[in-house]
Amino acid sequence: MTVQPEPKEEVLARRKEIIAGLKDIAGERAVIGEPLRLRAYETDGTPSYRQPPLAVVLPETTEEVAAILRFCHANGVRVVPRGAGTSLSGGALPLADAVVIGLMRMNRILSIDYADRVATVQAGVTNLAITGAVAEEGFFYAPDPSSQLACMIGGNIAMNSGGAHCLKYGVTANNVLGLKIVTIEGEIVTLGGAYLDAAGYDWLGILVGSEGQLAIVTEVTVRILRAAEGARAMLAAFVSNEVAGAAVAAIIGSGVIPVALEFMDKPAIHACEAFAHAGYPLDAEAMLIVEVEGSEAEQDELLGRLEAIIRRFDPLSLKVAATAEESAAIWKGRKGAFGAIGRISPDYLCMDGVIPTSQLPAVLGRIGEMSREYGLAVANIFHAGDGNLHPLIMFDANDAASLAKAEEFGAEILKLCVAVGGCLTGEHGVGIEKRDLMPVQFSASDLDQQRRIKSAFDPDWLLNPSKVFPLAPPPVLKAA
Amino acid sequence: MSEPEAPKDDAGIVAAITAAVAAREPLSISGNGGKRAMLRPVQAARGLSTRNLSGITLHSPAELVISARAGTPLPVIEAALAKHGQHLIAEPPDLGRLLGITAPATLGGMVASNLSGPRRIAGGAMRDHVLGARAVNGEGTIIHSGGRVLKNVTGLDLCKLLAGSYGTLAVMTEITLKVLPAPESTATLAVPRLDPAQGVAALAASLGSPYGVSGAAYLPAAAAAHIPELGAVGEGVALARIENFASSVVYRAGRLAAELTRFGQPRLVEDQESRAIWRAVRDAVPLTAGEEDAVWRVSVRPSAAPGLVHALAVMDARWFLDWGGGLVWIAAPAKASSHQAITAAATAAGGVWMLLRASEALRVGLDVLPPPSPVLARLTRRVKSAFDPHGILNPGRMYAGV
Repeated sequence: MTVQPEPKEEVLARRKEIIAGLKDIAGERAVIGEPLRLRAYETDGTPSYRQPPLAVVLPETTEEVAAILRFCHANGVRVVPRGAGTSLSGGALPLADAVVIGLMRMNRILSIDYADRVATVQAGVTNLAITGAVAEEGFFYAPDPSSQLACMIGGNIAMNSGGAHCLKYGVTANNVLGLKIVTIEGEIVTLGGAYLDAAGYDWLGILVGSEGQLAIVTEVTVRILRAAEGARAMLAAFVSNEVAGAAVAAIIGSGVIPVALEFMDKPAIHACEAFAHAGYPLDAEAMLIVEVEGSEAEQDELLGRLEAIIRRFDPLSLKVAATAEESAAIWKGRKGAFGAIGRISPDYLCMDGVIPTSQLPAVLGRIGEMSREYGLAVANIFHAGDGNLHPLIMFDANDAASLAKAEEFGAEILKLCVAVGGCLTGEHGVGIEKRDLMPVQFSASDLDQQRRIKSAFDPDWLLNPSKVFPLAPPPVLKAA
Repeated sequence: MSEPEAPKDDAGIVAAITAAVAAREPLSISGNGGKRAMLRPVQAARGLSTRNLSGITLHSPAELVISARAGTPLPVIEAALAKHGQHLIAEPPDLGRLLGITAPATLGGMVASNLSGPRRIAGGAMRDHVLGARAVNGEGTIIHSGGRVLKNVTGLDLCKLLAGSYGTLAVMTEITLKVLPAPESTATLAVPRLDPAQGVAALAASLGSPYGVSGAAYLPAAAAAHIPELGAVGEGVALARIENFASSVVYRAGRLAAELTRFGQPRLVEDQESRAIWRAVRDAVPLTAGEEDAVWRVSVRPSAAPGLVHALAVMDARWFLDWGGGLVWIAAPAKASSHQAITAAATAAGGVWMLLRASEALRVGLDVLPPPSPVLARLTRRVKSAFDPHGILNPGRMYAGV
């Protein structure tokens, strides 16, 4: 189990005083201090890690966030920011001596501007609510993580969330134009705005994906895009992972970039079919879902080109959706994948490595071997266009040894991803889960440089501490 | 300044920086040196160039990635990509003419200045496509960030900080970019006889359409006259580009033209002529900046651009709009008074500005970027210190004293 830092005794001893101080700032009803109610915040989307916090505060304004941070900073209290709590890397895991700042009450859409194609929202607005607010005019917010119904834009900023459609539309970092942040000292800073190129160092670029290490985000200005006229999918089944992998390379190499290109291996196909009855090919070793966008005629043309490419790889079956309904049926199984695996195995770890796409067959082959070595089943879902692999490792949470084995298996997969030229995480973030694997990907100098940036924003390391970086004393910067 | 030292490998860069730290002597960092006329001049006796770190180290077309050493000339990279039907997504400009230089830009220089062309409106900026970088920081330590895969959220994204930091944080030695297939076909709709407000509205309609417009510029009559492919328009013209498969370009241009008729009668410009127009827009040719002019780039909310250029009418300034109105190129006599008027108008419009080109004498005494707020100024100094604690790398390039 991952080691956590010792709680600060002097903070624990002042618990009542700290809770009273938070109530003075945010009001009685915005602060949670009772042990029973704190249990609701002890974990996030990564339930193998649990720790109730000292207190939870639910501010409603940026100014309240600033006052809370000033208070925590002055009192040396650690802070854990939290959105919807859907993190798949334990990014919102509390510490015993930390105050959780929950942004869920900051859930207002502040402005929408179709002429300039931007929307400004508070950090607690859900991902899907942004698209919901602009869909009537035919617009959408592009990044679409699987948790988009629940996850909040503030958390998307923290983790630089992606989704199935980021091959075409990019990840969060590519779709954010402005942020309002609060520093650990409680200063409110506006970065960027409703324009494309911001001035000075790329503050947006370093903040997005910083996992709550640098500041707390309270407002976000995103690009909204006009949706394509329509979209349609096709499904192709193959005799092996190798052949499906070669088909992916041929598609990308042909100059056609589909809007989504999803790969599922045999265990994933079977699990999803049993759950969703989507008509997936049970005889296949691997399956691709390929989606294109445009008018009906454009969809026909692109799907025709893709079909011609895929035919070269002797697919076991090939189904081109003729209508939006047929397209939805093709997606139905994939979109229910997590529920489907959950039905086979109530407990599973969803890993999130990235590999060069050319390495797919070799990596899947090795994961299959490891699955046999560890005696744990694994199903693989893969954003094939961008190399983002999600192995779902099934285990039994009632058996501590099974969890430990699953965690070790997961770590070995991520090490393999790095060894073949990839990385530890493509969209879930490092969080607590992969913190101690960071030296696998980064040298001591690389990590030290990142840690110095952390110190530049948060000299005392009070913001979401014990995540992302292996535990070590904070670097001290030369006075600047 | 004497000829800069130009090592052939990372070890040479490390040695040069280590020596500079030991001597406490700052270094002026460059690639081919073409962007020296941009931003503030660096006061340094010694120079360090990446121009001998050259060559493509990885190109995997089916994985949409290319890696090259920082001094690789951009045209070399563009040619290698073109062989496989690919291109640089952000369409970086060739500012050779504007900056009065002949040496091609290097990959490192283009990323370090985060300059993007017309496709930025649809495809993102240079910084959006930097997947990984190797660099040497101001202590002479080699650091890596990112990698060679398209998706990566492992740790803090230092690549973003290095992109657009003009060599003030670290010297990039190798860079990996995401690339994409170049479009099969392209066409431009030119909507004539529009004033700036009508022009930006036409561009907003284009960009708000489902047809994937990848270039959106507005040229006032004087600027349009310098693009022969547009013919004699005589008045302001809005330009919307579509890039796609051949059949899609025909279809989309037709549909978009129908939607734009409420602004004017769009003329279709195809293939090579369309490409020539956007090369000119990319490289700021329509600006017609004279030798005595300074040049500014203003990033602004598109709907605020017409008001901004209206404010310029009282002065001797030429301008045109890219990015749907979100990028305002301005040329005016290189005087402090022009700078004050232009930056005041940009700020009043809610935008941010950059003095892209001016005489050294002018640049040394002016803010070339908007002065940051006190908190951001502190963060700027602290981030600089986190990379370059001794202030060796390009001091003063972006802000005096940083």
